Amino acid sequence: MSHQQVKFYQTGTLTVGNRLLDAEERTVQATIDRSNSLDSGHRACQGCGEALGARYAIDSAMRATNNKLIAANSTGCLEVFTTPYPESSWTMPWIHSLFGNAAAIGTGVAAALKVKGKEDIRVVAQGGDGGTTDIGFGCLSGMFERNDDVLFLCYDNQGYMNTGVQRSSATPGGARTATTMPVGPEPGADFDKGKNVPLIAMAHEIPYVATASIDRLHDLEAKVTKAMSIRGARYIQIFVPCPLGWGSAPAQTVNLARMAVESGIWPLFEGENGEITSVTKIRKKVPVEEYLKPQRRFAHVVKNPETLSTVQEIADRNIRKFGLLEEQG
Amino acid sequence: MNNTKPYAITLDVGGSLLNKTGSWRTERPVYLDRLPPCNNTCPAGENIQQWLYHAENGEYKEAWLEIMKNNPFPAVMGRVCYHSCEDACNRVHLDDPVGINSVERFLGDQALINRWKVEPGKSSGKKIMIVGAGMAGLACAYHLRLFGHDVTIFESSSKSGGMVRYGIPKYRMPNEKLNAEIHRIQDMGVTIELNTKIDDVIATKEKYGFDAVFLSIGAQNGNLIDIKSDQSIPSLIAIEILRGIEDDIATGLHGHVVVYGGGNTALDVARSAIRMGAKSVKVVVRKSQDKMPAHYEEINEALEEGVEVVPLRSISEIKKGQLILEKMKASDGKRPKATGKFESIEASVIVQALGQNVDESFLDNLTDLKLEDGVLEVDAHMMSAIEGVFAGGDMVPSERNVTVAIGHGKKAARNIDQWLQGKFQKPSKKHEIADHSMMNTWYYSDAPRTIRPMLDAVRRQSGFAEVVGDLDETNAAFEARRCMSCGNCFECDNCYGVCPDNAVIKLGAGKRFEFKYDYCKGCALCATECPCGAIKMEPELI
Repeated sequence: MSHQQVKFYQTGTLTVGNRLLDAEERTVQATIDRSNSLDSGHRACQGCGEALGARYAIDSAMRATNNKLIAANSTGCLEVFTTPYPESSWTMPWIHSLFGNAAAIGTGVAAALKVKGKEDIRVVAQGGDGGTTDIGFGCLSGMFERNDDVLFLCYDNQGYMNTGVQRSSATPGGARTATTMPVGPEPGADFDKGKNVPLIAMAHEIPYVATASIDRLHDLEAKVTKAMSIRGARYIQIFVPCPLGWGSAPAQTVNLARMAVESGIWPLFEGENGEITSVTKIRKKVPVEEYLKPQRRFAHVVKNPETLSTVQEIADRNIRKFGLLEEQG
Repeated sequence: MNNTKPYAITLDVGGSLLNKTGSWRTERPVYLDRLPPCNNTCPAGENIQQWLYHAENGEYKEAWLEIMKNNPFPAVMGRVCYHSCEDACNRVHLDDPVGINSVERFLGDQALINRWKVEPGKSSGKKIMIVGAGMAGLACAYHLRLFGHDVTIFESSSKSGGMVRYGIPKYRMPNEKLNAEIHRIQDMGVTIELNTKIDDVIATKEKYGFDAVFLSIGAQNGNLIDIKSDQSIPSLIAIEILRGIEDDIATGLHGHVVVYGGGNTALDVARSAIRMGAKSVKVVVRKSQDKMPAHYEEINEALEEGVEVVPLRSISEIKKGQLILEKMKASDGKRPKATGKFESIEASVIVQALGQNVDESFLDNLTDLKLEDGVLEVDAHMMSAIEGVFAGGDMVPSERNVTVAIGHGKKAARNIDQWLQGKFQKPSKKHEIADHSMMNTWYYSDAPRTIRPMLDAVRRQSGFAEVVGDLDETNAAFEARRCMSCGNCFECDNCYGVCPDNAVIKLGAGKRFEFKYDYCKGCALCATECPCGAIKMEPELI
């Protein structure tokens, strides 16, 4: 476990804060003086999971580095909705890179800081799944290979949402996108394609890799904090539902992330130097239908028992592979 | 200021706060307080959720003081209240209801151990007369003292406490706790005149110059039905037996005891008989066992102790030392029907526990008042047909239990105070009830209920030791923390955290939150992820 769950305190560590917990057991987001690195007035859609995930992660990294942080940001939703020239919602040093080279910009900034003897200032590079798993993948792999002192944050909303919802290599099987329409004998995205970048990152044997979800804030913050305590290349992929691209209600964003975790669709784990070192257990297991049903992109999947069972098998495999259920005593 | 901009820049560089995204909104989140079902159902009008809130934090004195705003008998109620609050508790949808009653008892006992007190209000110079030192009368006296009025209670018996003392056996309500809570009220300046039966209320009022009267004489006369009998088995009345046990008078409960009736009093007698060494105890009920009016906990405890319930039987005759019972047939939604089939059982004594009624003789000198269906009518302010004479407790139309009586005492005291000031106030409007469906219960930790320790059945059969034990300091807080705070913010920070637009302001501990409507886009994540249902989405009026 990346953080010790506190039980029996009304809501324990399941909510953002909890007046019954000691201050240090609460999240950064629960503090009145959190940095709000991504401030109000940005132009993300209602209920944007990426806006939420980015504030969660960066505020936490800011706290861990005593506000000495620089971010490189690849082109994509996150850049477009936060920084339409000449406005910016970022309240911290922030650089806009090309679509594909955020990792390389991060590497360069880290190198410059090293040369200047300012290694107390830390660097994150961030982007969406398109800029990470497809277009920026070469730069990312290089950053891993050289073990550059950068934390790369991938906000995974499973497609190119900014440009009109096209498929990326993080789009799950069955999903409807503008380029994988639900037509023909095998509707939606193919089941046998796509990349698992957290596992690919682990294959580089970098010091730290983790997956996180916006519904589990204590877990997410503990992972970012841990990543910032380590030097070298680090990678965290955060699950961020997209109401626009997924065809879900804005109010469902956090719940969808929760259902993805509770169904086994999105396994939460940590890996160090190529080895899985911890997994976050499912709290109350749900069938994948609970996750799929509120999303229009899966409407045809839910209607078809065969594809539905294929998705359930993927979730079951994750549960087996990562050991996501508590041992039955 | 230099208006020349650098090359190719036409706009001022700035933060995004200029962009008021609140204009996108079609619905706005609103913080509200909903009425939790426990508070809604409490006959004494306790703010249960609020005192649990203090107890969660180990602030036991604050919790106790919160109870005392509405109920001066936490140690008594923590034992004898039938806790309708727990039946209404939303936690039942997760696991078990919160053990509200056990926490209340713990707090009540803590107050007695630590001698916590409540101060009376500033003297108003008004004098109130109360007839009957039962729970309604004592509660009324307490609240009147909080308002600063002088109070004298006249009680016909030799002890105060009414039905809690005389109707509830010691294994459920130990005397020392009752005495201590009554003493605490007396210490606030309430005079109780024992052994004083008031024959003429108005004359007494005028003689001593009382400004108002509260009648709470209860319903102390046991109903008795005629059973055809050859007098071979003595027939007794339940309420008189319970009174006899309290005053240590021989009750005649021995051998094979048969109790007739299915209410709490019937079971109190049956359970007392077990403790007094009866050979067997049967409770004969006309209804089926699941339709018995007694509280289910009382029935279960009685069965564990060896009481036998004989449902769907009516007693038709006492003959040659035997009881002739007629079998009854249950019929949907109606009273059971006689079948004309009979059986007989052995009995040494039979006890009738078929309800109680109000002693009518008190009306002899109150000719303006009369009983209707055996009870005294009062208006919405608990005032009788005589101006300035209020009444409550078992003698007025309502459910008869201790908690209701305490609620009547409080309500009457408030109305008496307003009447003395010349005007009744309108009651404040109730909030909408917090329903389970308005909440996001995923967030609540799994936490099974702390069951109060029970004396094992064998030990209870031989004495009047208290049956239900106490929570201790650690598990009382634990039990309180099972409260989900339905409908009222408990500052979990979820709204503050889950807003993608940073449009929720945290005001600091105890001050809750505010929305920045300039930036709130109306996504409703805050309302959806609020565990307790304290945020509502309302349409934006355009």
